[in-house]
Amino acid sequence: MRVQMTVNGKAVSGEVAPETLLAQFLRENLRLTGTHIGCDTSQCGACVVLCGGKSVKSCTMLAAQAEGADITTIEGMESPGGELHPLQEAFRQNHGLQCGFCTPGMVMSAADLLRQNPSPSEEEIRHWLEGNICRCTGYHNIVKAVQAVAAAK
Amino acid sequence: MKTKNAAAGKSPPHDSAVLHATGEARYIDDIPLPANALHAAIGISQCAHAEFKTNLAPVRASPGVVAVAAAADIPGKNEIAPVRPGDPLFAEKTVHYAGQCIFAVAAADEKSARRAAQKAKITYREKPAVLTMEDALRKKSFLIPEKDFFRLRRGDAKKEITRAPHRLRGEVRCGAQEHFYLEGQAAAALPQEGGDMLIYSSTQHPAEIQKLAADVLGIAMHNVVVQTRRIGGGFGGKETQAALAACAAAVLAQKTGRAVKLRLPRAEDFAVTGKRHPFLGKYLAGFDKNGKILGAQITLAADCGMSADLSHAIIRRAVLHAHNAYYYPAADITGIPCKTNKASNTAFRGFGGPQGMLLAEKMITDIARFLGRDALAVRRANFIADGQRTPYGQIVHKPPLADIAGALARNASYAAKKKAAEKFNKENKTRKRGVALTPVKFGISFTTKFLNQAGALLQIYRDGTVALNHGGTEMGQGLFIKIAQIAASVFGVPLDCIRCQPTNTARVPNASATAASSGADLNGMAAQNAAMQLRARIAATAARHWKCAADTIVFSEGTLRCGKRAMSFAQAADIAHRARVSLSAAGFYRTPKIHFDEKTARGSPFYYFACGAALVCCEINLHTGEHRLLSADILHETGSSINPAMDLGQIEGGFAQGWGWLSCEEICRNEKGALTTTGPATYKIPTAGDMPPHFRVRLWKKPNAAKTVLRSKAVGEPPLMLALAGWCALADAIHSANGDAKNLNAPATPEQVLSTLPELN
Repeated sequence: MRVQMTVNGKAVSGEVAPETLLAQFLRENLRLTGTHIGCDTSQCGACVVLCGGKSVKSCTMLAAQAEGADITTIEGMESPGGELHPLQEAFRQNHGLQCGFCTPGMVMSAADLLRQNPSPSEEEIRHWLEGNICRCTGYHNIVKAVQAVAAAK
Repeated sequence: MKTKNAAAGKSPPHDSAVLHATGEARYIDDIPLPANALHAAIGISQCAHAEFKTNLAPVRASPGVVAVAAAADIPGKNEIAPVRPGDPLFAEKTVHYAGQCIFAVAAADEKSARRAAQKAKITYREKPAVLTMEDALRKKSFLIPEKDFFRLRRGDAKKEITRAPHRLRGEVRCGAQEHFYLEGQAAAALPQEGGDMLIYSSTQHPAEIQKLAADVLGIAMHNVVVQTRRIGGGFGGKETQAALAACAAAVLAQKTGRAVKLRLPRAEDFAVTGKRHPFLGKYLAGFDKNGKILGAQITLAADCGMSADLSHAIIRRAVLHAHNAYYYPAADITGIPCKTNKASNTAFRGFGGPQGMLLAEKMITDIARFLGRDALAVRRANFIADGQRTPYGQIVHKPPLADIAGALARNASYAAKKKAAEKFNKENKTRKRGVALTPVKFGISFTTKFLNQAGALLQIYRDGTVALNHGGTEMGQGLFIKIAQIAASVFGVPLDCIRCQPTNTARVPNASATAASSGADLNGMAAQNAAMQLRARIAATAARHWKCAADTIVFSEGTLRCGKRAMSFAQAADIAHRARVSLSAAGFYRTPKIHFDEKTARGSPFYYFACGAALVCCEINLHTGEHRLLSADILHETGSSINPAMDLGQIEGGFAQGWGWLSCEEICRNEKGALTTTGPATYKIPTAGDMPPHFRVRLWKKPNAAKTVLRSKAVGEPPLMLALAGWCALADAIHSANGDAKNLNAPATPEQVLSTLPELN
């Protein structure tokens, strides 16, 4: 079947099997490999992208379900001029990453949190990020990174 | 010559921070492969122990399938064990655990490969399986004969215990722990001309993948190149366990002449790979009225799974750490390697150390409870002191244990926290709080001596930029940025002048695994050695150019200076090149002084110790056994930290991972021995909300007395064991609820905690 959607501001389309997941479509058809597949079962959050601004786990959403949707992946977070998104910069500055595999999903989840709640408390950040697993950092610097962006707003 | 304004000691971000944050960083599954590349999947055993027969015709006939490989298709050796044989790539005739790999299939795409793998017809004739450690102990199912068990003895422990004023017996169990690296096991094999093979592997040990792949393919090591740019988490789980994906992909690639990628789905990753060893530790201790231990008899039984893998070294480290930070005047400590029908358990951050130290902390907890004394006072009474010897005979020089514990207790208000918890516990009937401060003393070096070596290769190009190669792998710990800082410090150049190259077996041969916390210690020294050789050559060239003495030249901020004369590092490199001076140097390092006799269990296996302490407060709910951490304060040794931000990250992450092991990560199996926890839906690792609201880590930065690179200390594994303070705090809270923490095991899940508590009225 044919799917069309907007990804990172560009109209894209592709021929996919009906069971194709959005994550697969992004990674395999569009070669946007910043969206990672960590657990296959939508707990780890490495595959989080924005669908109409709302965070979704792209490994549990069919590409067909994203028909006509406006998708943003980690590759679409930088400004057109190539500047890092404030969250990307904050994760770098605050050492909110180690192996980096969870980072894109963390950034995308955090972006949705800040869209809904521009000044979340530490507890709200921690609660929100419970759907994103990090095995390296102990979360301390991830929470700090999100706080830094919230404080700057 | 000398260098000013060194890059070391500062906290630049991770070398790939921008690539991580933008999604540009490539993990194995992200590397572009040739258009005709194939994707592989594996077929695994459903039985824990059985003879089996396969019919793979339906797999071959499945749409998109290009090749299938089983044991008979392996051109070389069917063996991917690291030390002692026993780990076939593909099972032959008999399977020894549920999840064991039987065959692999390559198809046009991942979905076709995985579908095809499901179509194999495998018939099993089941055999009796050993599925628990108790069963193994009862049936004497061991990896080696009992006479060969690793046993460490000092003095007459039995006599000292008998003579001691008090005696206590106890035991503690800890369960398996899944590594849960976020990037699962993955590799891609690309056939090259002349039968050579290039392998991209998510591994902590590229040199071993090279050796095993060569053996499996029936070619020489120089025909195989393994490259690892980064791995999405390792924690020990990609030391030996990465071999399966790499070797299976290589066999299929050789067979088809096409590139083959194999990425295990998470559920298979859980089933196929080994975990942290479950242990059953038992002690009999004799002690005086202050809780000072006079003698200890300890057995540490480990569930090794179906083969040796690294189990003997892991048990050795457990035995060597069963005294943690304490002095046992007399000791008799034995490690028991139980053989069971499970995936072969393997390296996991701490490598047996955590299990040995859990036993020590359990023993101290029990003794303090028995005597009605404050547990910290009992710990202090037992701290190993300057000049004392560990049970294996290594002299401990000025251990900072008492200083660190004292500073932490003062700065994080141990006494006030105890008092506050007591007050809370008086006022609350259904919730109780506990407090504990525990130390860590972890031996640094591989206990297998020959592994304590490293190589590096530095190249300076004509434009003055530097390509840095070493044998260590970057798995998130910040090794690459640390070693770049070390090299930049030698040359006095800005960090961006140094480019970390992917770890590649063709550039640095025979590297040890990036393991045992040794990454920066070993590879940093090798890189420093290479950099010093090059700096001396460049200084000599500049000295000839300026007609001055080489030792008067200063390297600083990308510039060489001698009095009023100056030239850029790039100019110097170009002049050296034109003068036909080699701008490539191999560095090498071997750790001095270490030695250990395995037979007598005597020696000084560790170059030094890394110490720390944690003070943790927790709260338990007496109705449900649920618990949470209220605070964690940590003071941990890093020596002269090369990169304090990276070190803090290791400590925070290590504590979280240790707390997962001790509190919520529970591996479960069905009665047939197959895992029932096969992903994060059923296996719980800590999330952001599980960390304490107050989490404060401070570094103890006194320069390392041992001559390590820039006098830093290793920091990969030791912090994991700081989480023992959380487990001991739970025991403290259980005691406050009139429960019996003598029965507390790990992981201390709510069910586990509840089982130690009295019935509530």
